[in-house]
Amino acid sequence: MPERDHLTVTVQRGGPDAPLRPQTFEVPAYDNQTVLDVVSWIQQNADPTLTYRFACRVGMCGSCAMMVNGVPRWTCRTHVSKVLDGNAIEVGPLRNLPVIKDLAADMDPFFDKWVAAEGMHHPTRTRDDAIEAIDPVAMERQEANAGIECINCSVCYSACDTVAGNPDYLGPAALQRAWTLYNDAKDADRDAILDAVSGKGGCHSCHSMGSCTAYCPNELDPLSAIAGLKRATAKRFFGGRK
Amino acid sequence: MSEFHLYMAQRLSALVMAPFVVVHIGVMIYAIQGGLSAAEILGRTQGSAFWFVFYGLFVVAVSIHAAIGLRTILGEWAGLRGGQRDVISALIGLGLLLLGAQAVWAVTA
Repeated sequence: MPERDHLTVTVQRGGPDAPLRPQTFEVPAYDNQTVLDVVSWIQQNADPTLTYRFACRVGMCGSCAMMVNGVPRWTCRTHVSKVLDGNAIEVGPLRNLPVIKDLAADMDPFFDKWVAAEGMHHPTRTRDDAIEAIDPVAMERQEANAGIECINCSVCYSACDTVAGNPDYLGPAALQRAWTLYNDAKDADRDAILDAVSGKGGCHSCHSMGSCTAYCPNELDPLSAIAGLKRATAKRFFGGRK
Repeated sequence: MSEFHLYMAQRLSALVMAPFVVVHIGVMIYAIQGGLSAAEILGRTQGSAFWFVFYGLFVVAVSIHAAIGLRTILGEWAGLRGGQRDVISALIGLGLLLLGAQAVWAVTA
């Protein structure tokens, strides 16, 4: 890799209260540097009014996702050298979500849809009952395990072209959450889950384009989870039960 | 009709159409060998209950399948919402059904 002193970083500024405009900064280049490091350098050294969001810096909390050169990424785990276009990077707020200011996107629609997809636990027992034993190698458990490491970063939601075309669509993360609960032996209301994902903007709106699976930073597979929900709803339609 | 029922109707109509498409194209390729005139086609199809049922069901499946697919495109590409989108796609389905039924009647009656 050629030696370089500085990176040219273009950041999208503005929001509902200020016009959207790109602003370019020269940022010192280091051997080991993430996109989040670059954004933090700008905020700490060039312009303290730059707004962005992060927390854990180790890829666990899902707070720091942004568009980097037009692609949604978790910025704390994205090395600058992997995404550099020439000597430049463009950073913007997540696609498919309202902008609060600069790089901070409003996550409310994303989490509202999480709830709308019935992404909540329906208990089978009370606190007075013994804890249910779970078979870790059961097929259903394996299906659920495949999706539970989601960190709610909204990268899949931003990558999804169906969300872009259909604002009602629940999106990959919420539907994958519904699929993990559907396969959870400790969930008591599978019909409620299938009802929730069969409505307007439910799993049947998915066109199987697969951007969710392609861009998920944790290498999860929401595309297959959504296909599972489609199969489960079709099976129920023909009278089949799990 | 719910989104889920539209989804099922579109998948089931696709299932119905698949063998129709294969037979339709296969017979065309087979029958066209050595040239074919309109009179020869009509000689085989007119009064044939088989071809009436075959193309009759084909037209019904196409009307359902295409109208539901176009409804999605009208929503995602043209930004139409709610009743407007439903009415336009229903009219498209009805139009396809009428045109197709007229054609089936003309060649098989």
